[in-house]
Amino acid sequence: MDEPNTDVIQGTLDMLILKTLSLEPMHGFGIARRVEQVSRGVFKVNPGSLLTALQRLERAGWLDSEWRQTENSRRAKFYALTRAGKKQLEVETADWARRASAIARLLKVEG
Amino acid sequence: MSLWRQLTRGVHILAHRQVADQDVIDEVDHYLEQATAGLMASGLPREDAQRSARLELGSPAVVRDQVRSSGWENAVRTSFFDLRFAARQLRNHPGFTIVGILTLALGIGASTAIFSAVNPILFKPLPYPHPGRILMIWGTFQGARAEVAFGTYRELAERARSFDAMAIFEPWQPAKTGGTQPERLEGQSVSAGFFRVLGVSPALGRDFLASEDAFNGPKVVILSDKLWRRLFHGDPATLGKTVRLDDDNYTVIGVMARNFEDVLTPSAEIWTPAQYDLRQITSNFNSWVWGNHLHMVGRLKPGVSRLQGVQELAQIAGTPWPQFPRARSASLKHGLIVDSLQDDIAHTIKPALLAVLGAVILVLAIAWVNVVNLVLERGSQRRGEFAVRGALGASKQRIMRQLITENLLLASLGGAAGVAVAIAGLRALVALSPAGLPRREAMVVDPVAFFFSLAITAIVGIAAGLVPAIHITRDDLQSGLQQNSRSSAGGHAWTRRVLVVIEVAFALILLVSAGLLMRSMQRLLAVDPGFNPSHLLTMQVQSFGHQFDDLASAPGVGSSRRRRFFEQALDAVRRVPGVQQAAFTSLLPLSDDPPVVGLYGAQFEDEDPQTGHNVFRYAVSPNYCQTLSIHLLSGRCLDEQDTAGAPQAALISESLAKSHFGSQNPLGKRLHVGPRDRPWYAVVGIVGDVKQTSLAINQPDAVYLSTEQTWFADDTLSFVIRTHDNAAALAPVVKSAIWSVDRSQPIVRVITMDRMMAVSEAERRFVLILFEAFGIVALMLAAIGIYGVVSGNVAERTREIGVRAALGASRGDILALIIRDGMRLTAFGIAIGLCGAIAAAQGITTLLFGTSPLDLIAWTGVVLMLVSVSAIACWAPAWRAAQVDPSITLRAE
Repeated sequence: MDEPNTDVIQGTLDMLILKTLSLEPMHGFGIARRVEQVSRGVFKVNPGSLLTALQRLERAGWLDSEWRQTENSRRAKFYALTRAGKKQLEVETADWARRASAIARLLKVEG
Repeated sequence: MSLWRQLTRGVHILAHRQVADQDVIDEVDHYLEQATAGLMASGLPREDAQRSARLELGSPAVVRDQVRSSGWENAVRTSFFDLRFAARQLRNHPGFTIVGILTLALGIGASTAIFSAVNPILFKPLPYPHPGRILMIWGTFQGARAEVAFGTYRELAERARSFDAMAIFEPWQPAKTGGTQPERLEGQSVSAGFFRVLGVSPALGRDFLASEDAFNGPKVVILSDKLWRRLFHGDPATLGKTVRLDDDNYTVIGVMARNFEDVLTPSAEIWTPAQYDLRQITSNFNSWVWGNHLHMVGRLKPGVSRLQGVQELAQIAGTPWPQFPRARSASLKHGLIVDSLQDDIAHTIKPALLAVLGAVILVLAIAWVNVVNLVLERGSQRRGEFAVRGALGASKQRIMRQLITENLLLASLGGAAGVAVAIAGLRALVALSPAGLPRREAMVVDPVAFFFSLAITAIVGIAAGLVPAIHITRDDLQSGLQQNSRSSAGGHAWTRRVLVVIEVAFALILLVSAGLLMRSMQRLLAVDPGFNPSHLLTMQVQSFGHQFDDLASAPGVGSSRRRRFFEQALDAVRRVPGVQQAAFTSLLPLSDDPPVVGLYGAQFEDEDPQTGHNVFRYAVSPNYCQTLSIHLLSGRCLDEQDTAGAPQAALISESLAKSHFGSQNPLGKRLHVGPRDRPWYAVVGIVGDVKQTSLAINQPDAVYLSTEQTWFADDTLSFVIRTHDNAAALAPVVKSAIWSVDRSQPIVRVITMDRMMAVSEAERRFVLILFEAFGIVALMLAAIGIYGVVSGNVAERTREIGVRAALGASRGDILALIIRDGMRLTAFGIAIGLCGAIAAAQGITTLLFGTSPLDLIAWTGVVLMLVSVSAIACWAPAWRAAQVDPSITLRAE
């Protein structure tokens, strides 16, 4: 991995987790890998932050968690999106889109 | 919903801590495994994959902690751990803990106790509605408060428009028979509006009616709750029943509430209407209604300011109206003294209370300084520990939190001990307090004062505790690690030295004040009372009953019966084995007899009728002067010859003789005492001055008359009995001798003169004891402070001392080195303290007696004491330093 990777932009980790889990239930490492893969290695997720965020989102009622056997018969904690989580994802996506387009417009003016 | 989930999850995790912990461990482990597996899948060998996965993740322990710390329950858990750790820390350092807790307990406890005692007197509103409207109204005599006459009260009550109600009151001590022994009740004889002025009414029954406060009106009483319970066992059917007092039946018409407090006379438990004869106000200026012996209170109308009230009274006093004639002794030409009730009950004791309050604030300040000092010392000892914990991953916040927990725990323990000290202290305070201390009933430990001093102390301690943590940085941690624990005295040595100097200075201020008060007490006890107080038993004997009434049909019969009773009682006392001499007097020196009762105007024959002398009138038995050993300077004492029929004879005191006659011989000169419509008394002897009110008060003009020759027979006399041996032991026999003459007469205030002299100085002694206690506490705390700093200094300089010893310094040299260091702090502290003490000494001048605020003995004594105590405090660490073995020290480094 020679490409420079950066930590996830401040404040977007929750959204990324919710988005990733909207596809299918996953465990912590799975989420981290998916974020890295999909962003083509641009974003790198700090494990400590990720696991802490998972706990927080679960507490907020946006995620459900369940201990399951993995394919290689290990115990792993799988997270899934709840109904409230879906709603939250919509809110955050819309919010992000608004902000991103605003930044894009500003950058264009600059250019 | 989310909040509920937060709560239940947190509680669940707290309850199943191990399961929850295991889950986090599993999850982190699983993450690590997956990461390793992922890296291996991309072609890395297992070991490399493990290493880089671990690098990416960071320390699993840190991650686990991070994950765990996300919920609120974690804060609870950490606090619990912190608390446990703090408790262990305190247990492992008992010296620090004990000194810390003691300091806090003394500082917090003492200040709470004192404030709780002072608060009801000076600050807390009195327990009446709108207490600010209640005013005390006094006459003026020689610029000071003086009692007023009933005539004056009537005029003010009729003329003043600013007041809702005015009332007068005076002591009434009725004899009550029917019990096992005749007793005397403490009561007040009041005008009908008395309770209305206070703004209270009886809880049971009714208040006095105006019609009951009339001459020869019905005999009615209102009881205190306590007396009602004692006499009638709290029976609600008490109203309308009678109680036999002074040979009369009094009807109970009311009972005051349990929480009613008569701040004017805390001892009062029964009240009756005064029933003055209004006709005498205009008809007879020599009558009782014109005697200045009443206290007066008034309640302002709503909306009338105190100033308006005062001004109206002054205006009335200055403009007599013809329809309100005034006796010469109640002319009001010097105006009235009017003060709010709250200020009035405190006015005599206020300087003492403020001094004590100031002293306790100093003690509290010393406690703060000491706590800061202790905590700083602990902090610098623990720099190594903080460094290690920082290196192991503890954040600065985490370490600070730990420190706050430790200091809070210490503060709580100190606070708990402080409550105990406050309760015990207040109890001791009330027990020790002089009888004149007002509002004793209202003195309970004040929670506000307690939490205030606790909070301030805790905040100061915690702030000081954080000082070492604030300076923790990465570099510090490293240097902290490099230093070994022994030489790690922190950079706060300088601060701590300043603190010790402050402590010494404060201690000096307190000690000088205590020293000056002690010298005053010494001086006071050395004052010659004018008589010999040892082996002297005293008791007050009453004569009540209608047998002693002077009836219009048989004038003088009652009085002569009264005189005969006292003479027979005296004869009986004289026959008691062990009694050397016995006599009686209407006014007993140094007793609580109110001075106003014994003060009369005296006028010599050659004197202008407008002038005169205020003298104490002693109506005494023959042999009174001999019994008390009052010095006879010239002439003769009163004796058995001075009977009713004999020429009227009087003794005058030396001061009175000097002030009127100068170098002339007063013997044979004539004077009036009291009423002027009676035959002259001739001076037959001159006796030495006697202290009447107190050893500290010089009011020596006195006239002694024979009871047979006075114009009225006193109903209460004090017996004085000179004994061969222990005076107190003779009391029961003497009492039964008196009762052998008349079983029904109460005998009260049985007390030896020695004891009475101690009691008469109770207020002064009380303040002295407090100052001594505070001074000793301050001295101890200062000594602990000096010891701590010098010990720290020795620990810090062990290496230097070792080198010095190796280079040939003798033990004496090292001893001197260390002691010099400690004594320098003491010297600075004393220098600063002396300035403060000069101010403090000026502040307590009013409390001193015969002692200059700059009394040399007190000052040098205190300085010497402080120097020697701090020398002792320095000696121990210095001795330890002198024992340092250079070879061991140097090798250890």
